Amino acid sequence: MTLKRALGALAALIILWLLLPTLVIIPMSFNSAASFNFPPQGFSLQWYENFFTDPAWLRALGSSLQVALVTMVVATSVGIMAAIGLSKVRFRGKALLESYFLTPLIVPGIVIAIGLYSLFLRFNLLGTLPGFVLAHTVVALPLVIINVTASLQGVDPRLEQASATLGAGRLRTFFSITLPLIMPGVTAGALFAFVTSFDEIILSLFIQSPQLQTLPVKIYNSVTQASDPTVAAVAVIAMFTSVLVMLTAQFATRKRKRVSA
Amino acid sequence: MKPETTTSTLDHNERELRQLHLNTEVISVINDAGISLRDVTKRYGKKAVVDAINLVIEPGEFMTFLGPSGSGKTTTLNMIAGFVTATEGLLHIYGKPVAKLPAHKRDIGMVFQNYALFPHKTVAENIAYPLERRKIGKAEQKTMIAGALDMVRMGEFGDRYPADLSGGQQQRVALARALVYKPRVLLMDEPLGALDKKLREWLQKEIKRIHREVGSTFVYVTHDQEEALSLSDRIAVFNNGRIEQVGSPAELYQKPETLFVGRFLGESTVLSGSMVGTVDGISTLDISGHAIRVPGQKKSSSLAILIRPENITLYEEGTEPGSSDMNTLPVTVLDANYLGSAWRCEVELPDGSVGTVREAHSAAVREPGTRALMRWNIDAGVLLEDTGDEGVSLT
Repeated sequence: MTLKRALGALAALIILWLLLPTLVIIPMSFNSAASFNFPPQGFSLQWYENFFTDPAWLRALGSSLQVALVTMVVATSVGIMAAIGLSKVRFRGKALLESYFLTPLIVPGIVIAIGLYSLFLRFNLLGTLPGFVLAHTVVALPLVIINVTASLQGVDPRLEQASATLGAGRLRTFFSITLPLIMPGVTAGALFAFVTSFDEIILSLFIQSPQLQTLPVKIYNSVTQASDPTVAAVAVIAMFTSVLVMLTAQFATRKRKRVSA
Repeated sequence: MKPETTTSTLDHNERELRQLHLNTEVISVINDAGISLRDVTKRYGKKAVVDAINLVIEPGEFMTFLGPSGSGKTTTLNMIAGFVTATEGLLHIYGKPVAKLPAHKRDIGMVFQNYALFPHKTVAENIAYPLERRKIGKAEQKTMIAGALDMVRMGEFGDRYPADLSGGQQQRVALARALVYKPRVLLMDEPLGALDKKLREWLQKEIKRIHREVGSTFVYVTHDQEEALSLSDRIAVFNNGRIEQVGSPAELYQKPETLFVGRFLGESTVLSGSMVGTVDGISTLDISGHAIRVPGQKKSSSLAILIRPENITLYEEGTEPGSSDMNTLPVTVLDANYLGSAWRCEVELPDGSVGTVREAHSAAVREPGTRALMRWNIDAGVLLEDTGDEGVSLT
């Protein structure tokens, strides 16, 4: 009993430790003083007002949403195709290719960042929308592949054979049968891709330009260059966007499961 | 659905066949068949899973592929369906060469063991799927779906999802889906394999009735010999990638051409021996020192006589044979079971192997351990080459 209680206390401590840095930002965003001091003094919405009236911040938010949406579309389409190729087609070196697709999860972000920086420099992609999308797709793709592959494993290959005997070609079979059945995995993968791009900082720092900065880059620059508490408000907004997206993903997956069960 | 006329396909087909130096007779057989397989082979690496199979399935016929697992029956079905590409050979469906045609252009219906209904579509939507592919109008679709559901007696279930149905109901929906567009060929891959015995027997009757109603060519794969016997017009018995024999259920049961076929279909008593001589078409074999007569003649060092259990009678030791056209062999009773309609006895043959006897009335001798005489009419024996096929399951 005491062991159970001790374990419970330990678990609570760990949860607190994991959550505290995230939660501490919320009261700070309502600070009335122009500092990052904790605990905050007074209550004020001025930092939120700052964010929503400053065109530089709004531009950063717009860029982030744009990059995240395009990354989501690109990573999801490419990821679905890769997952289907990896799970349906037999070829030499398949296992190798499988791990190759997942390397961006293991390779340190800084390594990818430096590599991309030199490549993008050569091809004039630094500080461009295609540049950001390409970079973010590299790190978002593995998440889509993992999720889609997992749902593909739950699809009986006989269903695709049945569809063929009923007169449907491969493309028709994919859109009418396979895609609806792997939709939970696709949705989860797409939202993961969105969040990954929306939160991405390492690659973005390297490929940013004054003309195109995503929200995390702008936050980083603001914190390091000017100690502006607007950052706290931005962080809270970014955090809630991510949480909202993840909750949607969870909800979508669960709802789909109930339908197919 | 290409706007290709049948005649041009056939002309092209005939030209192609002539180039292969097939004579006119063979070409007309191919053109008249429901499904024709000529020297169809499937190799994985060097191993031939299906080895130069030749088979002509008549239009409207109920053909069953019967065989143990790994015999090549499912691979052959998958080649007809278009899921597996033949390594060699000619494959024609109603005279049309299909070896290079993808599955969705073959216009066949298929029923799978695990039903393969689309789980995200209702029963009616599942059946509408092939109709949509064929660009049939909504109103006509409705009539056709209702007709197909009525045919399988599932009229009430159009709005349900497959997950809400039992296995038997799902398989009936799968049948409706595979037949609603009236394909000329329906392929069935162990469709009743996942169902319990009672349901299986009932669905067998349903499948037979539906076959009579639609008149399509049915190809049915099973490893269950009772199912094959009760359903089929003809059965092709598969073994090791080859067809051992093709024939009606009665032909296969009464006149098996190989020991494998004889053992695989129904129960049998097999006596191994060697040839002594042949007089007037009746051969005499030496079976463990006993002279046993059987119709026919065969040149082989090791021969076997196969007798169906219902043609054998057991007598007490010392009973005189009632007629001269009977064979007699001394045996020992091992076991006797009352089946209601008959007694089924297992006996030890002179060479130590086990034989089966089925007696409709009362078994005179049934105490285990009793010495007895096994008698049968010489015409009831089938002379076969002893290929040493053992261990074929009798269930």
